[in-house]
Amino acid sequence: MKEIVIISGKGGTGKTVIAASIAALAKNKVMGDCDVDASNLYLLLHPEIKEKRDFYAGIIPSIDLEKCTNCGRCQEVCRFDAIKTIKGQTVIDFISCEGCGLCALVCPVEAIQMKENHCGEWYISETKYGPLVYARLGIAEENSGKLVTLVRQNAQKIAKKNNLELIIVDGPPGIGCPLIATLSGANLAVVVTEPTLSGIHDLERVVKVAQHFGVKTVVIINKFDINLENSAKIEEWCQKANVEMIGKIHFDNVITEALVKGLPVVEYSANTVAKEIKDIWQKLEDLIN
Amino acid sequence: MIISVASGKGGTGKTTIAVNLALALAKDKEKNVKFLDCDVEEPNAHLFLKPVLDKFEKVEIPVPKIDEKKCTHCGKCAEVCVFNAIAVTRNKVLVFPGLCHGCGACTLFCPENAISEQGREIGILEEGKAESISFIHGYLNIGEPMAPPIIRKIKKKIKKDYSDNRDNNITNHHITLIDAPPGTSCPVIESIKDSDYTILVTEPTPFGLHDLILAVEVLQKLKIPHGVVLNKCDIGDHKVEEYCKENDIPLLLSIPLDREIAVAYSQGIPIVKINPSYEQKFIQLFQKIAQTI
Repeated sequence: MKEIVIISGKGGTGKTVIAASIAALAKNKVMGDCDVDASNLYLLLHPEIKEKRDFYAGIIPSIDLEKCTNCGRCQEVCRFDAIKTIKGQTVIDFISCEGCGLCALVCPVEAIQMKENHCGEWYISETKYGPLVYARLGIAEENSGKLVTLVRQNAQKIAKKNNLELIIVDGPPGIGCPLIATLSGANLAVVVTEPTLSGIHDLERVVKVAQHFGVKTVVIINKFDINLENSAKIEEWCQKANVEMIGKIHFDNVITEALVKGLPVVEYSANTVAKEIKDIWQKLEDLIN
Repeated sequence: MIISVASGKGGTGKTTIAVNLALALAKDKEKNVKFLDCDVEEPNAHLFLKPVLDKFEKVEIPVPKIDEKKCTHCGKCAEVCVFNAIAVTRNKVLVFPGLCHGCGACTLFCPENAISEQGREIGILEEGKAESISFIHGYLNIGEPMAPPIIRKIKKKIKKDYSDNRDNNITNHHITLIDAPPGTSCPVIESIKDSDYTILVTEPTPFGLHDLILAVEVLQKLKIPHGVVLNKCDIGDHKVEEYCKENDIPLLLSIPLDREIAVAYSQGIPIVKINPSYEQKFIQLFQKIAQTI
């Protein structure tokens, strides 16, 4: 069983659009969407949810107002400025709270209870392209990577159960916990970049992270014809960094048209862009076999 | 006045809007503009503003250091750690620094006073000036998982601005612009909380609409007034506009897809530098926001 994760560093380079087309091209695989706080892949794959599960992570404090004496001890120890006094009453700022539980531990009158935090949901679903596992993190919740890991673990379970050889993951932007949770243990990281200064800057950082975690990395340059000079710079950099550039995709409005129609590009059109994505998939298939 | 720029979906144009707004406002000599790039995982604003950076500060978070001579391996530290950052065996204590949130619980509760805290570097803050604009950004170190502590440190630099605002001194003269990261979770919350206004940048596609709706929910939870800037407004569909109308969310500015702008962006050139007519559009954007607050 092999796992390919599609990442980018910079947001908006085209991960999900490419992931959806790969879903349409690849056989015998499970899809996973690890961009749990802004999950988009399902908008192109149109899943039917088979199982929905609640996600609990962390704990949140609750002050018993009858017991609380407003002594301020909890406020003293809180490192996250999450406890405030409003009109003489001690109040928790849930937006700032990190759920460490120290306030509950130090309260001299045991006025603070810690409760399990329901912070999202995840779904096992079927699409016309095969199984898809995805999630929705609750609004303003902490994205520690736990939900990302759950999505991957369940994609792996389904692959094992159904004898499927491949897992393809649509990853999050950035380089923090959600990205790290997406990367660790993957067989191949596919970095989708764009020929802009921002894209290049972020590409270098995310590739370093992938290499830091020992994951083989390849690069795709999306919208490459926006700036041929930068595109060439990226190819040069890839060579120096020993990272294979496996394909380039033209900037084309057909991508937006397909998106609006709710279709993977390779199903909507047979034009240049679709062909370029098909060639990329061919290369990926060769790489993992 | 503190204005943050966020989106939900990545790549919609947050940095573009934040940077161009800063440049347009800074043209007014009466205005004092600060720019905070809070996307510490992948900061980009410096590529456009090109600040001269002259102040560098390491960012550290406190992690427990165990004095094995005093430690009795009672396990109390592991018991109070909700993040599983400490494991205690019969004769050893293991600390997992990447999981540690620096809450101090283990240090406080060790019955033998065997735990002290030492700083562990997770990133760096850089400050400087881009012409008259005061600029701050940060970098999360490669391999580090947590962005919020660095964002918190950046935000501390404008603590004075918040206390001014609380005294009802929201002024049009001191403007802080915050460029937030993509998404809707902790790094974004840390970046935008306590803003006077948030601009949500999106694009007229199903992804743009879907993630805008999530971002609006975040702002409603945080109780921050907000409005939308629609980028690449002439492609895609009209569902974002309809959503804004139906939900009384002001559509502050619409920018068409323009290859010239896209090429300039790819070279690190802000819109207002290649097309000065946009300066007026960004000033008007600011005025609409100032009227709301």
